[in-house]
Amino acid sequence: MSSAVDPATAAVVKKPRKARGAMRRLVSDPLGALGLGLIVVTVLAALAAGLLPHDPVKLNPMVRFAAPGAEHWLGTDNLGRDLFTRMLYGARIALVISIGATVASLLVGLLFGVLAGFGPRWLDSILLLLMDAMKSVPTVMLALVLITWTGPSLWAVVLVVVLVNGPTYARIVRTQVLALRNAEFIEAERALGAGFLRVASLHVVPNIIGPLLILAAMDIPIVVGIEAGLSFLGLGVRPPTPSWGTILFDGFSYIRDSIWMVVAGGLPIVITALGFTFLGEALRDTFDPKLAKR
Amino acid sequence: MLSYLARRILLSVAVVLTVIAALFAMMHAIPGDAVRTALGPRASEAMVEAYRVKMGLDQPVLVQIWRFFSTILQGDLGSDAISGVPVARIILAQLPDTLYLVAGAMVVAVVPGIWLGVMSATHRGSLFDRVTSVLSVSVMAVPSFVIAIYLLLIFAIHLSWFPAIGAGEGFADRLHRLVLPSVALGLAWIGYIARILRASMLEVMGENHIRTARAFGLSERRIMFDYVLRIALLPTITVLGMGIGQMLSGAVFAEIVFGRPGIGKLVYDSIAARNYPIVVGTLLVTTGFFVLVNLIADLLIAFLDPRVRNVVSR
Amino acid sequence: MSLDASDPVLTVSGLTLSYDIPAGELKALRDVNLSIGKGEIVGLVGESGSGKSTLMQAILGLLPGAAQIRSGSIRFEGQDLTGLSARQMRGLLGDRISVVFQDPMTALNPVLTIGRQMIDIQHRSKLSRREKRARAIEMLARVRIPDPESRIDRYPHEFSGGMRQRVAIAMALMAKPALLVADEPTTALDATLEIATIDLLRELQSEIGCAVLFITHHLGVVAELCDRIDIMYAGEIVESGATGAVFQDPRHPYTQLLFGCDPAQIAEPMRHLPSIGGNLPDLTAPLPGCIFASRCPRADETCTTGHPADHKAGQSDLVRCHYPLAPRLEISA
Repeated sequence: MSSAVDPATAAVVKKPRKARGAMRRLVSDPLGALGLGLIVVTVLAALAAGLLPHDPVKLNPMVRFAAPGAEHWLGTDNLGRDLFTRMLYGARIALVISIGATVASLLVGLLFGVLAGFGPRWLDSILLLLMDAMKSVPTVMLALVLITWTGPSLWAVVLVVVLVNGPTYARIVRTQVLALRNAEFIEAERALGAGFLRVASLHVVPNIIGPLLILAAMDIPIVVGIEAGLSFLGLGVRPPTPSWGTILFDGFSYIRDSIWMVVAGGLPIVITALGFTFLGEALRDTFDPKLAKR
Repeated sequence: MLSYLARRILLSVAVVLTVIAALFAMMHAIPGDAVRTALGPRASEAMVEAYRVKMGLDQPVLVQIWRFFSTILQGDLGSDAISGVPVARIILAQLPDTLYLVAGAMVVAVVPGIWLGVMSATHRGSLFDRVTSVLSVSVMAVPSFVIAIYLLLIFAIHLSWFPAIGAGEGFADRLHRLVLPSVALGLAWIGYIARILRASMLEVMGENHIRTARAFGLSERRIMFDYVLRIALLPTITVLGMGIGQMLSGAVFAEIVFGRPGIGKLVYDSIAARNYPIVVGTLLVTTGFFVLVNLIADLLIAFLDPRVRNVVSR
Repeated sequence: MSLDASDPVLTVSGLTLSYDIPAGELKALRDVNLSIGKGEIVGLVGESGSGKSTLMQAILGLLPGAAQIRSGSIRFEGQDLTGLSARQMRGLLGDRISVVFQDPMTALNPVLTIGRQMIDIQHRSKLSRREKRARAIEMLARVRIPDPESRIDRYPHEFSGGMRQRVAIAMALMAKPALLVADEPTTALDATLEIATIDLLRELQSEIGCAVLFITHHLGVVAELCDRIDIMYAGEIVESGATGAVFQDPRHPYTQLLFGCDPAQIAEPMRHLPSIGGNLPDLTAPLPGCIFASRCPRADETCTTGHPADHKAGQSDLVRCHYPLAPRLEISA
């Protein structure tokens, strides 16, 4: 009695609906509107980061641990850097990495899902086993070991995200491909010589992209968490680049001296994570009522 | 039953072997000399040569693969690159502290999670249900290390209700110091459990046999606990299995923030010290643990659900 | 409170019920009259969506939250069930009123043994657990479950469909109820099992002497088993009477269409109601006239403007039609 509703099967029956009506329903859901609002705030913050007068990395030992005021809205950190500025620059890193890594995971998931679904039986089995194996390594451990070898960098964070989320997406795509594989019109097209890439891009992707994107939106908090978490451990974004994770680590190190670093590093993580979660939930409720009933 | 058991165990073994193989491939495929990576850039030529022979890296690849697998499967995870102490022993020494933490987090997660799940399923659509639903997804979304730091800030530093650092001495003290890290690690799982339990209870409550029970005038209380929950808890066991497995390595954040010993802290320190055998060993131990816990959860469900139990025995 | 021996066990009178749905108010039952005498077997026939299940749920007090009883009463042994609290209703269910549901595959709890479920439903009894178990075994033997002493500790999925339905019948009759509601109990079974199950039901019914409300769309079963028949259409009972009489001379056009023109057809096992043209009317906004007017070949202006009253006509006790005495429709096959 598996209780998991397979988004792939839901996708088969679904047809794109009037987008405007859906958008209205989405925003009329208070949680969806709140989620959207939080994300807009984050995006605006990322865009506005460059407009601020302070330099996010320049040290200013004269004003260490300053309290919030007119000059430094959120105070300064242990090295005298303006926390508000660093927080906004952190939004850039968080958004670029989480969206970039999610897109990369989706592409990898699509590729491997299509390969597993259309490929020969042995390839399917091998890929399935690999996906299972990947899912069997606890997320944090996978990240730690990978970065031990690659060294800390932005790319390592992206790689971790792809390895963590890619298999989930690949499985969904594979299910969809298997469902379509024996459909008559696909067989006809293949008989006419259509390559599997053509079939995949014409039939599989349009069918699956909606549920996949909803799932991806709901996964973004995890990705933000991975980036911030690895940066917190000193394994992601390297200092002095401002990441919420590194700000939070500095704040943790000097937690008895000032609470403002912890606020500047932690609050935006909470805001972004909640924003994407609420939006994802509302998206799912709006576009996938089958899932919403649960 | 036996064939199901065999198949399920076989799959777990295959997964573990695949992870080991992937690890081997990774150690050999990455650019640069694995030995240089392992010993660090300052190692002398003689040290490198000695290490190569010691690790069997001068042997043909097939021999290396064989040795790699056979030593790991014998429980030999290699030796600490610095002290030479067997990795397995180092990890085992740190494991209990992490397991206490995971157990604490489980208590934090399970008791309120089940209560919230049952209450929101039985009061579906109420204000309570809606608030619980929002809170559930919220705690699931916020990373545990953020929660850990705020807990530390509020309850240990500002309110001083709990000590900030360390695992403590003696039962009461240890328990006291276990509270905050357990909450940090377990909070998100309250949401996971409440959500899955609510969903599966609603599913079961819609089933025909519940209508039958009502038609015989059984009390709602009895129907909920004996007839609904008994079935609805089964998917929750799967989530718990995942939870225990993930927490074991997710504990690294709580261990660092609250200055506790444990395998998370061990890995963190080992990465900083470039002590690779320990990192790899911990990965293998936690993965093995993860696979094992999920296997146990699946077998437990098969045992508790007579439908599975009997279908697979035929 | 004195009860006359000739008083009916159950009397539904003027029951009107609607569901609150987003589109408005769905009038699922309108002015429903139905009565079941002591020890009588009454067949309730109607196509899907005719309101049979709603009527059953109303009698059992198992209506969903969106359902609202607007008027009318359901009198059972002198009590109006519509006025009972959930707690009082629970007191009757499984004791004075029992039910056998349609699908034997899903009607029993899959993770509890048959014995556990049969012991649980005796929750009002003061017997010890052991005595309850003995009663359950005895009851299983009476519905001809082979080897009941060991079977009682098995789970539902270890029984065949026919056996499960017999277990359900055993559970329903264990408390010797005054009224058994049987909701299409044989629909899910194949023809041979169906006959055996009906025979068993009749045998136990005559032993216990309970009244039965038998909900079905199988006309053959009604002809075989029931003393009386009630025909339901779109939330109304359109014709009611003694089974033989109604089969012989149906008075309502819907009944006539249902039975078709060939009386010989009736005895044939008919697994589904014969389909007649058209669809059920929209029950969120019923027209003022006869509910059947849109499908009735004989409908005239009277039918579309005025709601017909219940008439006694021919041998039928109730015919909700403006022309209950009109000659039978010529129905071409």
